[in-house]
Amino acid sequence: MAEGPEKPVASALIGAAVLSLFAIIGALLVGLSYEGTVERIAQNEREALLTQLNAILPATEYDNPLLQDYLDVQAPARLGAQQTRVYRARKTGQPVAVILSPVIANGYSGAINLVVGIRQDGRLAGVRVLSHRETPGLGDKIEADRNPWILGFHDKSLQDPAPAQWKVRRDGGVFDQFTGATISPRAVVAAVRQSLLYYRSEQANLFRAIDEKGKPADG
Amino acid sequence: MADIEYRRITLDGLWHNNQALVALLGLCPLMAVTNTLVNGLGLGLATTAVLLMSNLSVSGIRHWVRAEVRLPVFVMIIASFVTAVELLMNAYFHELYKILGIFIPLIVTNCAIIGRAEAFASRNPISASAVDALSIGVGFTLVLSVLGGLREFIGQGTLFAGAPLLFGDIASSWELSLGEEYPGVLLAILPPGAFIGLGFLIALKNIIDKRLSSRAVEVTAATAPAGAPS
Repeated sequence: MAEGPEKPVASALIGAAVLSLFAIIGALLVGLSYEGTVERIAQNEREALLTQLNAILPATEYDNPLLQDYLDVQAPARLGAQQTRVYRARKTGQPVAVILSPVIANGYSGAINLVVGIRQDGRLAGVRVLSHRETPGLGDKIEADRNPWILGFHDKSLQDPAPAQWKVRRDGGVFDQFTGATISPRAVVAAVRQSLLYYRSEQANLFRAIDEKGKPADG
Repeated sequence: MADIEYRRITLDGLWHNNQALVALLGLCPLMAVTNTLVNGLGLGLATTAVLLMSNLSVSGIRHWVRAEVRLPVFVMIIASFVTAVELLMNAYFHELYKILGIFIPLIVTNCAIIGRAEAFASRNPISASAVDALSIGVGFTLVLSVLGGLREFIGQGTLFAGAPLLFGDIASSWELSLGEEYPGVLLAILPPGAFIGLGFLIALKNIIDKRLSSRAVEVTAATAPAGAPS
Protein backbone atom coordinates (compact mmCIF):
# COMPACT_ATOMS: atom_id res chain seq x y z
CA MET A 1 0.00 0.00 0.00
CA ALA A 2 2.80 2.38 0.87
CA GLU A 3 4.35 2.20 -2.61
CA GLY A 4 2.32 4.80 -4.40
CA PRO A 5 3.40 7.74 -6.47
CA GLU A 6 3.89 9.45 -3.09
CA LYS A 7 7.33 10.52 -1.99
CA PRO A 8 8.64 8.64 1.06
CA VAL A 9 9.02 11.88 3.03
CA ALA A 10 5.43 12.89 2.45
CA SER A 11 4.32 9.41 3.38
CA ALA A 12 6.28 9.52 6.62
CA LEU A 13 4.89 12.94 7.48
CA ILE A 14 1.32 11.86 6.90
CA GLY A 15 1.93 8.77 8.99
CA ALA A 16 3.37 10.88 11.79
CA ALA A 17 0.43 13.27 11.59
CA VAL A 18 -2.10 10.44 11.83
CA LEU A 19 -0.23 8.94 14.76
CA SER A 20 -0.05 12.30 16.54
CA LEU A 21 -3.74 12.85 15.98
CA PHE A 22 -4.53 9.57 17.68
CA ALA A 23 -2.10 10.31 20.47
CA ILE A 24 -4.04 13.52 21.12
CA ILE A 25 -7.39 11.75 20.97
CA GLY A 26 -6.14 9.02 23.30
CA ALA A 27 -4.71 11.52 25.76
CA LEU A 28 -7.99 13.44 25.68
CA LEU A 29 -9.97 10.29 26.41
CA VAL A 30 -7.74 9.34 29.32
CA GLY A 31 -7.69 12.90 30.61
CA LEU A 32 -11.45 13.22 30.52
CA SER A 33 -11.98 9.87 32.24
CA TYR A 34 -9.49 10.90 34.88
CA GLU A 35 -11.22 14.22 35.46
CA GLY A 36 -14.56 12.47 35.63
CA THR A 37 -13.50 9.84 38.16
CA VAL A 38 -10.71 11.36 40.26
CA GLU A 39 -13.07 12.74 42.87
CA ARG A 40 -14.97 9.52 43.26
CA ILE A 41 -11.84 7.37 43.36
CA ALA A 42 -10.35 9.48 46.13
CA GLN A 43 -13.65 9.24 47.97
CA ASN A 44 -13.67 5.44 47.54
CA GLU A 45 -10.17 5.16 48.88
CA ARG A 46 -10.96 7.31 51.90
CA GLU A 47 -14.08 5.27 52.62
CA ALA A 48 -12.28 1.95 52.22
CA LEU A 49 -9.55 3.08 54.60
CA LEU A 50 -12.02 4.48 57.10
CA THR A 51 -13.97 1.21 57.05
CA GLN A 52 -10.77 -0.63 57.90
CA LEU A 53 -9.90 1.82 60.66
CA ASN A 54 -13.40 1.74 62.10
CA ALA A 55 -13.25 -2.04 62.22
CA ILE A 56 -10.54 -1.80 64.83
CA LEU A 57 -11.66 1.44 66.47
CA PRO A 58 -15.44 1.93 66.30
CA ALA A 59 -16.48 5.36 65.09
CA THR A 60 -18.38 5.98 68.31
CA GLU A 61 -15.16 6.05 70.29
CA TYR A 62 -13.71 9.16 68.69
CA ASP A 63 -15.10 12.36 67.26
CA ASN A 64 -12.26 13.91 65.27
CA PRO A 65 -11.82 13.50 61.50
CA LEU A 66 -9.51 10.51 61.76
CA LEU A 67 -8.22 10.54 58.21
CA GLN A 68 -7.16 14.17 58.41
CA ASP A 69 -5.58 13.88 61.84
CA TYR A 70 -2.37 12.03 61.21
CA LEU A 71 1.33 12.18 61.73
CA ASP A 72 3.99 10.72 59.47
CA VAL A 73 6.66 9.12 61.62
CA GLN A 74 10.04 7.66 60.80
CA ALA A 75 10.79 4.50 62.70
CA PRO A 76 11.90 1.91 60.16
CA ALA A 77 13.33 -0.39 62.82
CA ARG A 78 10.00 -0.77 64.62
CA LEU A 79 7.42 -0.10 61.92
CA GLY A 80 9.12 -1.62 58.93
CA ALA A 81 9.08 1.26 56.47
CA GLN A 82 11.06 4.46 56.14
CA GLN A 83 7.96 6.49 56.86
CA THR A 84 4.65 5.27 58.19
CA ARG A 85 1.46 7.05 59.10
CA VAL A 86 -0.04 7.35 62.56
CA TYR A 87 -3.75 8.22 62.78
CA ARG A 88 -4.76 9.89 65.99
CA ALA A 89 -8.18 9.34 67.46
CA ARG A 90 -9.48 11.86 69.97
CA LYS A 91 -12.73 12.45 71.72
CA THR A 92 -13.58 15.99 72.83
CA GLY A 93 -9.93 16.82 72.28
CA GLN A 94 -8.62 14.06 74.54
CA PRO A 95 -6.41 11.36 72.98
CA VAL A 96 -8.24 8.04 72.74
CA ALA A 97 -6.01 5.84 70.64
CA VAL A 98 -3.48 5.81 67.83
CA ILE A 99 -3.55 3.65 64.75
CA LEU A 100 -0.13 2.70 63.42
CA SER A 101 0.41 1.39 59.90
CA PRO A 102 3.40 -0.92 60.07
CA VAL A 103 4.72 -2.72 57.02
CA ILE A 104 6.05 -6.28 57.18
CA ALA A 105 8.77 -6.72 54.62
CA ASN A 106 9.40 -10.38 55.42
CA GLY A 107 6.06 -12.05 54.79
CA TYR A 108 5.98 -15.26 52.81
CA SER A 109 5.79 -13.36 49.52
CA GLY A 110 6.20 -9.64 49.54
CA ALA A 111 5.14 -6.92 51.89
CA ILE A 112 2.17 -7.09 54.27
CA ASN A 113 0.51 -3.81 55.22
CA LEU A 114 -1.12 -3.74 58.62
CA VAL A 115 -3.07 -1.29 60.71
CA VAL A 116 -2.58 -1.63 64.45
CA GLY A 117 -4.83 0.29 66.82
CA ILE A 118 -3.45 0.96 70.29
CA ARG A 119 -5.49 2.54 73.05
CA GLN A 120 -4.23 5.07 75.56
CA ASP A 121 -3.53 2.40 78.14
CA GLY A 122 -1.36 0.36 75.76
CA ARG A 123 -3.94 -2.32 74.99
CA LEU A 124 -4.57 -3.24 71.39
CA ALA A 125 -7.83 -1.99 69.95
CA GLY A 126 -7.33 -4.37 67.08
CA VAL A 127 -5.18 -5.38 64.14
CA ARG A 128 -6.12 -5.77 60.46
CA VAL A 129 -4.32 -6.58 57.26
CA LEU A 130 -4.72 -3.89 54.62
CA SER A 131 -2.95 -5.70 51.81
CA HIS A 132 -0.76 -8.74 51.38
CA ARG A 133 0.35 -11.32 48.85
CA GLU A 134 0.43 -14.41 51.04
CA THR A 135 -0.49 -17.80 49.64
CA PRO A 136 -4.23 -18.21 49.03
CA GLY A 137 -5.65 -20.82 51.34
CA LEU A 138 -2.64 -20.79 53.67
CA GLY A 139 -1.07 -17.51 54.66
CA ASP A 140 -4.11 -15.48 53.63
CA LYS A 141 -5.85 -16.60 56.80
CA ILE A 142 -4.32 -13.50 58.36
CA GLU A 143 -7.23 -11.64 56.69
CA ALA A 144 -10.13 -11.08 59.04
CA ASP A 145 -12.56 -12.09 56.28
CA ARG A 146 -11.02 -15.53 55.96
CA ASN A 147 -10.19 -16.47 59.51
CA PRO A 148 -10.93 -14.98 62.93
CA TRP A 149 -7.29 -15.44 63.89
CA ILE A 150 -6.35 -11.77 63.68
CA LEU A 151 -9.19 -10.82 66.03
CA GLY A 152 -7.22 -12.61 68.75
CA PHE A 153 -5.02 -9.54 69.19
CA HIS A 154 -7.92 -7.59 70.65
CA ASP A 155 -7.12 -6.28 74.14
CA LYS A 156 -3.65 -7.82 74.18
CA SER A 157 -0.79 -5.68 75.43
CA LEU A 158 2.90 -5.93 76.22
CA GLN A 159 1.95 -7.17 79.70
CA ASP A 160 -0.60 -9.68 78.46
CA PRO A 161 0.81 -12.01 77.28
CA ALA A 162 4.26 -11.64 78.85
CA PRO A 163 7.01 -10.47 76.46
CA ALA A 164 8.49 -13.94 76.17
CA GLN A 165 5.11 -15.27 75.02
CA TRP A 166 4.66 -12.80 72.15
CA LYS A 167 5.25 -15.55 69.61
CA VAL A 168 3.36 -18.19 67.72
CA ARG A 169 2.91 -21.50 69.51
CA ARG A 170 5.52 -23.25 67.46
CA ASP A 171 8.09 -20.76 68.82
CA GLY A 172 6.86 -21.21 72.39
CA GLY A 173 4.37 -18.34 72.46
CA VAL A 174 0.63 -18.05 72.88
CA PHE A 175 -0.55 -17.18 69.37
CA ASP A 176 -1.84 -19.88 67.05
CA GLN A 177 -0.27 -20.52 63.71
CA PHE A 178 -2.17 -22.09 60.83
CA THR A 179 -1.81 -25.63 59.64
CA GLY A 180 0.81 -25.47 56.95
CA ALA A 181 1.55 -21.79 57.41
CA THR A 182 3.73 -20.46 60.18
CA ILE A 183 5.62 -17.71 58.40
CA SER A 184 2.75 -15.28 57.86
CA PRO A 185 1.34 -15.43 61.43
CA ARG A 186 4.83 -15.31 62.88
CA ALA A 187 5.60 -12.16 60.90
CA VAL A 188 2.32 -10.54 61.95
CA VAL A 189 2.84 -11.34 65.62
CA ALA A 190 6.36 -9.90 65.50
CA ALA A 191 5.16 -6.76 63.74
CA VAL A 192 2.35 -6.18 66.24
CA ARG A 193 4.80 -6.61 69.09
CA GLN A 194 7.17 -4.10 67.49
CA SER A 195 4.28 -1.66 67.12
CA LEU A 196 3.51 -1.98 70.82
CA LEU A 197 7.18 -1.43 71.68
CA TYR A 198 7.23 1.61 69.42
CA TYR A 199 4.12 2.93 71.09
CA ARG A 200 5.61 2.42 74.56
CA SER A 201 8.77 4.34 73.74
CA GLU A 202 7.12 7.07 71.67
CA GLN A 203 3.80 7.46 73.44
CA ALA A 204 4.74 10.77 75.00
CA ASN A 205 5.97 12.13 71.67
CA LEU A 206 2.94 10.99 69.78
CA PHE A 207 0.67 12.72 72.22
CA ARG A 208 2.83 15.78 72.56
CA ALA A 209 2.85 15.96 68.82
CA ILE A 210 -0.91 15.91 68.92
CA ASP A 211 -0.90 19.00 71.09
CA GLU A 212 1.83 20.86 69.23
CA LYS A 213 1.10 19.94 65.67
CA GLY A 214 -2.56 19.51 66.34
CA LYS A 215 -3.56 21.33 63.18
CA PRO A 216 -5.12 18.83 60.84
CA ALA A 217 -2.75 18.12 58.02
CA ASP A 218 -4.15 18.46 54.57
CA GLY A 219 -4.87 15.14 52.93
CA MET B 1 -26.93 -13.67 3.40
CA ALA B 2 -25.78 -11.13 5.97
CA ASP B 3 -27.52 -13.14 8.67
CA ILE B 4 -25.44 -16.18 7.89
CA GLU B 5 -22.34 -14.03 8.05
CA TYR B 6 -23.21 -12.74 11.53
CA ARG B 7 -24.05 -16.23 12.62
CA ARG B 8 -20.65 -17.45 11.49
CA ILE B 9 -18.88 -14.55 13.24
CA THR B 10 -20.75 -15.27 16.45
CA LEU B 11 -20.07 -18.98 16.40
CA ASP B 12 -16.40 -18.36 15.62
CA GLY B 13 -16.04 -15.98 18.55
CA LEU B 14 -17.88 -18.15 21.01
CA TRP B 15 -16.60 -21.52 19.96
CA HIS B 16 -14.57 -22.31 16.83
CA ASN B 17 -12.07 -19.53 17.37
CA ASN B 18 -12.51 -19.04 21.11
CA GLN B 19 -9.54 -16.90 22.05
CA ALA B 20 -8.82 -18.73 25.29
CA LEU B 21 -9.51 -22.31 24.21
CA VAL B 22 -8.37 -22.29 20.59
CA ALA B 23 -6.14 -19.28 20.02
CA LEU B 24 -4.76 -19.58 23.58
CA LEU B 25 -4.50 -15.81 23.80
CA GLY B 26 -4.83 -13.76 26.94
CA LEU B 27 -3.56 -16.58 29.11
CA CYS B 28 -1.82 -14.33 31.63
CA PRO B 29 -5.02 -12.74 33.01
CA LEU B 30 -6.83 -16.03 32.44
CA MET B 31 -4.51 -17.92 34.75
CA ALA B 32 -4.09 -15.22 37.29
CA VAL B 33 -7.58 -14.00 38.12
CA THR B 34 -9.69 -17.10 37.70
CA ASN B 35 -9.56 -18.18 41.32
CA THR B 36 -13.21 -17.28 41.79
CA LEU B 37 -16.18 -17.07 39.46
CA VAL B 38 -16.80 -13.41 40.25
CA ASN B 39 -13.17 -12.44 39.57
CA GLY B 40 -13.25 -14.24 36.24
CA LEU B 41 -16.56 -12.67 35.28
CA GLY B 42 -15.38 -9.21 36.30
CA LEU B 43 -12.22 -9.36 34.24
CA GLY B 44 -14.11 -10.95 31.36
CA LEU B 45 -16.62 -8.10 31.27
CA ALA B 46 -13.87 -5.48 31.47
CA THR B 47 -12.05 -7.20 28.62
CA THR B 48 -15.25 -7.38 26.56
CA ALA B 49 -15.87 -3.66 27.08
CA VAL B 50 -12.35 -2.81 25.90
CA LEU B 51 -12.65 -5.20 22.98
CA LEU B 52 -15.94 -3.70 21.86
CA MET B 53 -14.66 -0.14 22.02
CA SER B 54 -11.40 -0.97 20.30
CA ASN B 55 -13.07 -2.98 17.53
CA LEU B 56 -15.59 -0.21 16.92
CA SER B 57 -12.94 2.50 16.69
CA VAL B 58 -10.52 0.45 14.65
CA SER B 59 -13.26 -0.46 12.21
CA GLY B 60 -14.43 3.16 12.07
CA ILE B 61 -11.00 4.44 11.07
CA ARG B 62 -9.98 1.52 8.88
CA HIS B 63 -10.20 3.49 5.61
CA TRP B 64 -7.95 6.33 6.52
CA VAL B 65 -5.29 5.00 8.85
CA ARG B 66 -2.30 4.16 6.72
CA ALA B 67 -0.96 0.66 6.80
CA GLU B 68 2.46 1.75 8.08
CA VAL B 69 1.18 3.31 11.26
CA ARG B 70 -1.87 1.18 11.91
CA LEU B 71 -0.35 -1.01 14.63
CA PRO B 72 0.89 1.89 16.79
CA VAL B 73 -2.50 3.55 16.30
CA PHE B 74 -4.30 0.37 17.42
CA VAL B 75 -2.04 0.07 20.45
CA MET B 76 -2.72 3.68 21.39
CA ILE B 77 -6.47 3.24 21.03
CA ILE B 78 -6.47 0.08 23.14
CA ALA B 79 -4.22 1.58 25.80
CA SER B 80 -6.46 4.64 26.09
CA PHE B 81 -9.60 2.55 26.46
CA VAL B 82 -7.98 0.28 29.02
CA THR B 83 -6.91 3.25 31.09
CA ALA B 84 -10.41 4.68 30.89
CA VAL B 85 -11.95 1.35 31.92
CA GLU B 86 -9.46 1.07 34.76
CA LEU B 87 -10.42 4.52 36.06
CA LEU B 88 -14.13 3.78 35.74
CA MET B 89 -13.80 0.47 37.57
CA ASN B 90 -11.79 2.12 40.29
CA ALA B 91 -14.56 4.69 40.64
CA TYR B 92 -17.63 2.47 40.43
CA PHE B 93 -16.49 -1.06 41.38
CA HIS B 94 -13.81 -0.14 43.86
CA GLU B 95 -13.71 -3.41 45.82
CA LEU B 96 -13.54 -5.52 42.68
CA TYR B 97 -10.93 -3.19 41.28
CA LYS B 98 -8.78 -3.80 44.33
CA ILE B 99 -9.03 -7.55 43.82
CA LEU B 100 -8.35 -7.57 40.08
CA GLY B 101 -5.65 -4.99 40.67
CA ILE B 102 -2.78 -5.26 38.27
CA PHE B 103 -4.75 -7.34 35.77
CA ILE B 104 -6.90 -4.45 34.60
CA PRO B 105 -3.95 -2.52 33.13
CA LEU B 106 -2.70 -5.83 31.79
CA ILE B 107 -5.75 -6.04 29.53
CA VAL B 108 -3.55 -3.92 27.26
CA THR B 109 -1.24 -6.87 26.83
CA ASN B 110 -4.07 -9.28 26.07
CA CYS B 111 -3.10 -10.28 22.55
CA ALA B 112 -6.70 -11.20 21.80
CA ILE B 113 -7.62 -7.52 21.64
CA ILE B 114 -4.97 -6.31 19.23
CA GLY B 115 -5.41 -9.61 17.45
CA ARG B 116 -9.07 -8.84 16.72
CA ALA B 117 -8.25 -5.24 15.80
CA GLU B 118 -5.71 -6.37 13.25
CA ALA B 119 -7.31 -9.56 11.98
CA PHE B 120 -10.93 -8.51 11.93
CA ALA B 121 -11.90 -4.94 12.74
CA SER B 122 -9.40 -3.33 10.37
CA ARG B 123 -10.93 -5.27 7.45
CA ASN B 124 -14.63 -5.34 8.22
CA PRO B 125 -17.50 -2.90 8.60
CA ILE B 126 -18.47 -1.51 11.97
CA SER B 127 -21.51 -3.71 12.59
CA ALA B 128 -19.64 -6.92 11.85
CA SER B 129 -16.75 -5.75 14.03
CA ALA B 130 -19.13 -5.08 16.91
CA VAL B 131 -20.61 -8.57 16.58
CA ASP B 132 -17.13 -10.00 16.44
CA ALA B 133 -16.05 -8.09 19.55
CA LEU B 134 -19.09 -9.19 21.49
CA SER B 135 -18.79 -12.85 20.51
CA ILE B 136 -15.06 -12.97 21.17
CA GLY B 137 -15.55 -11.10 24.44
CA VAL B 138 -18.41 -13.29 25.61
CA GLY B 139 -16.48 -16.41 24.60
CA PHE B 140 -13.48 -15.24 26.60
CA THR B 141 -15.69 -14.25 29.54
CA LEU B 142 -17.38 -17.66 29.52
CA VAL B 143 -14.06 -19.46 29.73
CA LEU B 144 -12.87 -17.13 32.50
CA SER B 145 -16.10 -17.69 34.43
CA VAL B 146 -16.23 -21.46 33.98
CA LEU B 147 -12.60 -21.83 34.96
CA GLY B 148 -13.08 -19.43 37.87
CA GLY B 149 -16.20 -21.27 39.00
CA LEU B 150 -14.50 -24.66 38.81
CA ARG B 151 -11.46 -23.51 40.73
CA GLU B 152 -13.56 -21.73 43.32
CA PHE B 153 -15.85 -24.71 43.83
CA ILE B 154 -13.10 -27.31 44.02
CA GLY B 155 -10.66 -25.06 45.82
CA GLN B 156 -12.73 -23.51 48.53
CA GLY B 157 -16.15 -25.11 48.20
CA THR B 158 -18.06 -21.96 47.31
CA LEU B 159 -19.62 -20.39 44.25
CA PHE B 160 -20.40 -16.71 43.72
CA ALA B 161 -18.26 -15.69 46.68
CA GLY B 162 -17.86 -11.94 46.55
CA ALA B 163 -20.77 -11.48 44.15
CA PRO B 164 -21.82 -8.20 45.83
CA LEU B 165 -18.57 -6.68 44.55
CA LEU B 166 -19.96 -6.92 41.06
CA PHE B 167 -23.74 -6.93 41.46
CA GLY B 168 -24.30 -4.87 44.58
CA ASP B 169 -26.02 -5.83 47.80
CA ILE B 170 -28.81 -7.85 46.19
CA ALA B 171 -26.19 -10.49 45.38
CA SER B 172 -25.19 -11.09 48.99
CA SER B 173 -27.49 -14.12 49.18
CA TRP B 174 -26.17 -15.68 45.97
CA GLU B 175 -23.19 -17.36 47.52
CA LEU B 176 -23.38 -21.14 47.57
CA SER B 177 -21.18 -22.93 50.01
CA LEU B 178 -20.36 -26.51 50.90
CA GLY B 179 -20.03 -25.34 54.48
CA GLU B 180 -17.20 -24.48 56.80
CA GLU B 181 -16.10 -28.10 57.05
CA TYR B 182 -15.07 -28.35 53.42
CA PRO B 183 -11.31 -28.82 53.64
CA GLY B 184 -10.51 -27.02 50.40
CA VAL B 185 -8.18 -28.14 47.65
CA LEU B 186 -5.27 -25.74 47.61
CA LEU B 187 -4.00 -26.96 44.24
CA ALA B 188 -7.12 -25.67 42.52
CA ILE B 189 -6.62 -22.14 43.83
CA LEU B 190 -2.89 -21.94 43.12
CA PRO B 191 -1.67 -21.26 39.55
CA PRO B 192 -1.17 -24.95 38.67
CA GLY B 193 -4.91 -25.37 39.19
CA ALA B 194 -5.49 -22.85 36.40
CA PHE B 195 -3.27 -24.76 33.98
CA ILE B 196 -4.83 -28.09 34.82
CA GLY B 197 -8.33 -26.66 34.66
CA LEU B 198 -7.72 -24.98 31.32
CA GLY B 199 -6.21 -28.20 30.02
CA PHE B 200 -9.39 -30.07 30.87
CA LEU B 201 -11.56 -27.38 29.29
CA ILE B 202 -9.55 -27.54 26.05
CA ALA B 203 -9.75 -31.33 26.07
CA LEU B 204 -13.51 -31.15 26.62
CA LYS B 205 -13.89 -28.74 23.72
CA ASN B 206 -11.88 -31.02 21.46
CA ILE B 207 -13.98 -34.04 22.42
CA ILE B 208 -17.18 -32.13 21.66
CA ASP B 209 -15.76 -30.92 18.35
CA LYS B 210 -14.84 -34.47 17.40
CA ARG B 211 -18.32 -35.74 18.19
CA LEU B 212 -19.85 -32.89 16.21
CA SER B 213 -17.65 -33.39 13.17
CA SER B 214 -18.18 -37.15 13.06
CA ARG B 215 -21.91 -36.55 13.20
CA ALA B 216 -21.59 -33.89 10.51
CA VAL B 217 -19.79 -36.39 8.31
CA GLU B 218 -22.63 -38.84 8.70
CA VAL B 219 -25.16 -36.16 7.90
CA THR B 220 -23.21 -34.96 4.87
CA ALA B 221 -22.85 -38.48 3.64
CA ALA B 222 -26.59 -38.90 3.89
CA THR B 223 -27.60 -35.58 2.34
CA ALA B 224 -26.12 -33.02 0.04
CA PRO B 225 -22.73 -31.53 0.92
CA ALA B 226 -23.08 -28.33 2.94
CA GLY B 227 -21.32 -26.21 5.50
CA ALA B 228 -18.39 -23.88 5.33
CA PRO B 229 -14.85 -24.97 6.13
CA SER B 230 -13.79 -23.90 9.59
